[in-house]
Amino acid sequence: MNLWKDLSNGLFKENPTFRLVLGTCPTLAVTTAVFNGIGMGVAAAAVLIGSNLIISLIKKLVPNEVRIPIYIVVIATFVTMVQMLIQAFSPELDRQLGIFIPLIVVNCIILARAESFAAKNKPLNSIMDGIGMGLGFTVALVVISAVREVLGAGTFLGMQLFGTGFKPALIMILPPGGFLAYGLLIAAFNKLTSLKKS
Amino acid sequence: MRLGLILISAIFVNNFVLSRFLGICPFLGVSKKVETAIGMSLAVTFVMALASVISWMIQYFILIPLEIGYMQTIAFILVIAGLVQFVEMVIKKTSPTLYQALGVYLPLITTNCAVLGVAILNIQSNYNLIETLVHGIGGGLSFTLAIVLFAGVREKLDMAPIPKSMEGFPIAMIAASLFAIAFLGFQGLFSGLL
Repeated sequence: MNLWKDLSNGLFKENPTFRLVLGTCPTLAVTTAVFNGIGMGVAAAAVLIGSNLIISLIKKLVPNEVRIPIYIVVIATFVTMVQMLIQAFSPELDRQLGIFIPLIVVNCIILARAESFAAKNKPLNSIMDGIGMGLGFTVALVVISAVREVLGAGTFLGMQLFGTGFKPALIMILPPGGFLAYGLLIAAFNKLTSLKKS
Repeated sequence: MRLGLILISAIFVNNFVLSRFLGICPFLGVSKKVETAIGMSLAVTFVMALASVISWMIQYFILIPLEIGYMQTIAFILVIAGLVQFVEMVIKKTSPTLYQALGVYLPLITTNCAVLGVAILNIQSNYNLIETLVHGIGGGLSFTLAIVLFAGVREKLDMAPIPKSMEGFPIAMIAASLFAIAFLGFQGLFSGLL
């Protein structure tokens, strides 16, 4: 029961993208197409699950004063592993995400979960938290990138949705569209949660 | 000439915040007041210039001779974390007033992706040491320009009547979107020259 709570926490109550507004850089940068959104979400989730597990296992061995550098090294190790896997199995995704794969290291979601959850909880709970947060991040990226890809390119996962008469609003896949779509989606998320409460 | 192009294109054409999406967290988090925005961006500019040079040296003098290029991410982030700690200590000793003003923001710079981003971009673009330094400074200045302008807008936004669900981040994002449209005007300024 408790494990389920840890899992669902990241999906709704503390959704990292819409609720905590963490990890905004990759969120805005890679959501030009649904394929990139899924790739980035899964990559970050893999790093998050791995780093949460290791940090929760070593939490008693780490001196308090140097904990942040140690956490960062653990996270960077997983990021390097994920980066090599992506390079080996999907060069296309590697080209699309580019510099934002190594930048998963400084994605604040991962360090924030290490510090506020994994360093205080048991390994199993930490894995569940990693899965929940990773899933919440992935779902949010897919939603944002779906809006941007459909409006900005007229496609979904590369499939043409409309006839040839449709003129896509190019601005949605350019940088301004990222800010616009993200801002409006947070507002919608806020509105929905406030309706649910009242 | 090439150095000038690198500088101008880092500041305007490929603005780190508004067109490359680097350093968005502090851009949204520390832009509520113009004063704090200036303090934060000065510290970031300094760290970015220093981190560019040191990470370049690590890449070409240590990682490549030893053939451990895959350690790049780990090596760079450690250097940046150490550098931020070092800058914090130096400022604390030499200028307590500046330390008071920047205090809270200094540790945050480690997780500013513009810093790690500029270090990796320098290597990817095959810049030499001087170009790396110029690119680092340009990146810092582009962050400064974006965050200080944006802080001015946000101070005004506080006074405006905004629907409840749009308060805070959503309205800030939409303001940033308008900023990005303005910076889109610089796109293609030097295409073909770099």
